[in-house]
Amino acid sequence: MNLLVHLSYLGPLGAAVLILFGFAPRRTAITGAIVALISSLILFLGYDHTAGGYQFVSALQLVPAWDLKFYVGVDGLNATMLLLTSLVALAAAWMSPRTEENLHRYMACLMAIAAGAAGAFASLDLFFFYAFHELALIPTFLMIGIWGTGNKQAAAWKITIYLSIGSIILLVGLIGLYLLVPEKDRTFDIVKLQAMASHGVFAGDGAKPIYLLLLLGFGTLVSLFPFHTWAPQAYASAPVPVAMLHAGVLKKFGLYGLLRIALPLMPEAARYWSWLLLALLVGNIIFVGLATISQKQLDLTLGYSSVMHMGYIFLGIATSNLIGVNGAALLMLAHGLSIAALFAIAGELRRQTGTLDYRDLGGLAKSMPLLSFLFGLAAYASIGLPGFANFASELLVFFGAFKTATPGAAFNGYQIATVCALWGLVISAVYMLRAYRNIFFGERSSRWANVKDVSLGLGWPVLLLLAGLIFFGFMPQTVLQKIEPGMALFWK
Amino acid sequence: MSPIFLELIVLGLGLGMLLIESFAERLNRNTIAIIGIIGLACVFLLLQFGSFSSTAVTGYTQDKAALFFKKFALVTTIIVLIMSIDYSDTIRKFVRGISPQAGIGEFYSLPILTCAGMMWMASATDFVLIFISLEIVTVSFYALVAFTRRNPLSLEAGAKYLILGALSTGFFVYGITWIYGVTQHTNLTSIAKVLPSIPASEQTGLLFGAMLVLVGLGFKVAAAPFQFWVPDVYQGAPTPITAFLSVGSKASGFIVLLRVLEAFQSLPAVAYKLSLAIVLLAAGTLIYGNLAALPQTNFKRLLAYSSIGHAGYLLMAVASFGALDAGLAVVVYLAAYLLMTLLSFLILIIVAKNSEGDDITHFNGLSKRSPFLAFSLLVAMMSLAGVPLTAGFLGKFLVFKVAFESQQFLLIVLAIITVGCGYYYYLKVVRAMYWQTTTGTPTTIPVSLLSTITIGALVVLIFLFGIFPQFGAGLLS
Repeated sequence: MNLLVHLSYLGPLGAAVLILFGFAPRRTAITGAIVALISSLILFLGYDHTAGGYQFVSALQLVPAWDLKFYVGVDGLNATMLLLTSLVALAAAWMSPRTEENLHRYMACLMAIAAGAAGAFASLDLFFFYAFHELALIPTFLMIGIWGTGNKQAAAWKITIYLSIGSIILLVGLIGLYLLVPEKDRTFDIVKLQAMASHGVFAGDGAKPIYLLLLLGFGTLVSLFPFHTWAPQAYASAPVPVAMLHAGVLKKFGLYGLLRIALPLMPEAARYWSWLLLALLVGNIIFVGLATISQKQLDLTLGYSSVMHMGYIFLGIATSNLIGVNGAALLMLAHGLSIAALFAIAGELRRQTGTLDYRDLGGLAKSMPLLSFLFGLAAYASIGLPGFANFASELLVFFGAFKTATPGAAFNGYQIATVCALWGLVISAVYMLRAYRNIFFGERSSRWANVKDVSLGLGWPVLLLLAGLIFFGFMPQTVLQKIEPGMALFWK
Repeated sequence: MSPIFLELIVLGLGLGMLLIESFAERLNRNTIAIIGIIGLACVFLLLQFGSFSSTAVTGYTQDKAALFFKKFALVTTIIVLIMSIDYSDTIRKFVRGISPQAGIGEFYSLPILTCAGMMWMASATDFVLIFISLEIVTVSFYALVAFTRRNPLSLEAGAKYLILGALSTGFFVYGITWIYGVTQHTNLTSIAKVLPSIPASEQTGLLFGAMLVLVGLGFKVAAAPFQFWVPDVYQGAPTPITAFLSVGSKASGFIVLLRVLEAFQSLPAVAYKLSLAIVLLAAGTLIYGNLAALPQTNFKRLLAYSSIGHAGYLLMAVASFGALDAGLAVVVYLAAYLLMTLLSFLILIIVAKNSEGDDITHFNGLSKRSPFLAFSLLVAMMSLAGVPLTAGFLGKFLVFKVAFESQQFLLIVLAIITVGCGYYYYLKVVRAMYWQTTTGTPTTIPVSLLSTITIGALVVLIFLFGIFPQFGAGLLS
């Protein structure tokens, strides 16, 4: 039974190795992704939320002296993240090109990214939690540089340098965290660390600088303003499946780290730095939001919008109450699904037309009705229209943020940030609807008379992602009830 | 059996190879190298599985660290010999004598003598013995660096190394005389015993002596500001010798540094000032090595600067000497450094032989010309940059950990920046291999069986160390 967790990353990893040994790239990758999807579905459905705690755990002791072990297991939060990972990985594998130079290496790298992300989410040990994420970053860098489009090398350089420095700051923060524990109790075990937190091990002043390191480290990985400039360019240049996997899944690693490690362990330090996080996330929502409006190309619009939406998740995390963090967790899932669908659609559009520039496109709804329908759904989800999971989770985030208020008093920082975030919704409506109009409606240039629509055979993964959004939009409690027992330990 | 015999065996092996060289003229010279490799491997096995009597010899210790550094020297020399076989064409080109094989045999035997010196140095705890073994190593390097004597670059490197090596030896000896003058001892154990009774008025002299020793060792480990010989010497020397210098010579510098520091711990006033000096050295080395590596376009020179940079991380661990695992951090870092640096040099030699040069541009499109070499070099670069699940990460992790424990926050901040720089310049090589295309038709690069096995083994070891730290710890204990 406990092998299930291992399957979630071994599926893609095994596929990557087999592909390098000469197996048919596409078919093997999809098989690996399906194995991961089945295992993570069973994990998600099989997680017993009435019992709570970590389930399906298995551990292999590596260095007893440091209490370092290879330790995996799930609770509601990472079962949800694993589900997201495998869903997006399957869609990404399906949407990857059939003919490409060195296709086997392409698919192997792609599966390595999926495996790294799944491994990071499944790990309950700091060392492997960090290591798996790095493992996923290296193929990301390589793929953008080799198979990207446009100014790919500059983009690849930028993401490499930013994320490397972000990870090393994070590493120093994690080492600091490790050393905060008295010497005889030192451990890499996240579960033990969480148990220690309730005994006030991390309560002292020493936690403040370490929380800041973790916030900046994780923040850089999640494109927290003002460390976000790597993201739009990298996503615009990246091959479609890489953009789907990174924006949809891998980027959530930083948020997951905050929810799993930084906040539960150091709640007081988190409260101490909350003003900083609030200021930066407003930057994400308003500043980056306005930058998104001014974009002239769909891929850049999507890249910026994915940076902007991180602001909402950060807001949920900053609230430090159960409603807010639940909303943040659900929004991680919702945003992952919607941005992956949007990147997939943009990739399909580029494959058919060769451009994503708004000035060249227009009126494509006539020749591509299905793609236009899919884009419409994904755009509505991204804006946060009711019925999609994004709506449910953003609502929770806003409620969580307003819950911090003292009745009758003036608005506090959280509420001001929420007001800004509500204006952010208007901003995202502006740019998404503009993109929709510019591409699919209006005058159709004669160039596009013969463009082919996406076939259902290719488009079904996008439909799957959107179906997930609608399902969780109408029944958010399916996710929330799984997440809640883990969250309720640390937040009220 | 005392481990001293091992040094004698290695010495005999080197001398024997010289004899074979001069009496068996027809013998293929590569056979000599193979004899050397097999001989060293036997010594390694003896060291690993043999049992040693613990009869104490004054000035000669056989503690765990000593045994580890002996193994370290043996492995380094074995891999350097394997590189030398691939490099022998270049030697032939630049050392023309009466017979076509002239000079090759010596090129294979001299590293063995150096190895004997390094093994001895690992055990030496008396300043006189330390000095003699250090000179055995240094003098054989003078010859090796200038070995390709018709290559002006190599000669220039030899002259620079000779002059600066002699200078550093001068500092070192002068420092020893000051320490002897104050303590009346050359044996480190005795020095540690008498140090607490040294009156405050004589501590200045002691500190002066220790600083001079530190300067002398600073040259050996290539710490800024005593690093200026490194780039030219590394670039000019025959590549296997560059690898040997950057791994073997550096490691022996660090074992001596650790031993001297350990002795001085018994006098906290001086030890504190020494560690301040080392913090400064580490800071300068980190900044210089990593920033100067950024604009390099020649791979060999890049590795030279990167070796300065890694000396910085090692010094960072040395500066945290008080912390629990500082010694372990140095040892693990050096072991990781051995694997990844030798791997890079080995691939450099093979690629340079087939591309007529060792600039980074000569690595363009390597992924097409030899996917195996490209992937192995990718692993080496990732490990040097410190990506998790590789050996290099484990080293960096421990270094950061001990620095955090002893609150070296200045060094930590610097190291964060320099690790970022490291990603940039190591990935420059990766970019050339994977993102750029070759000019002209890509030709496949042949790799000999021995090199393939070595490269494969190094790659596997890098991952083993990274994924199963206890495996590395087990080897090291």
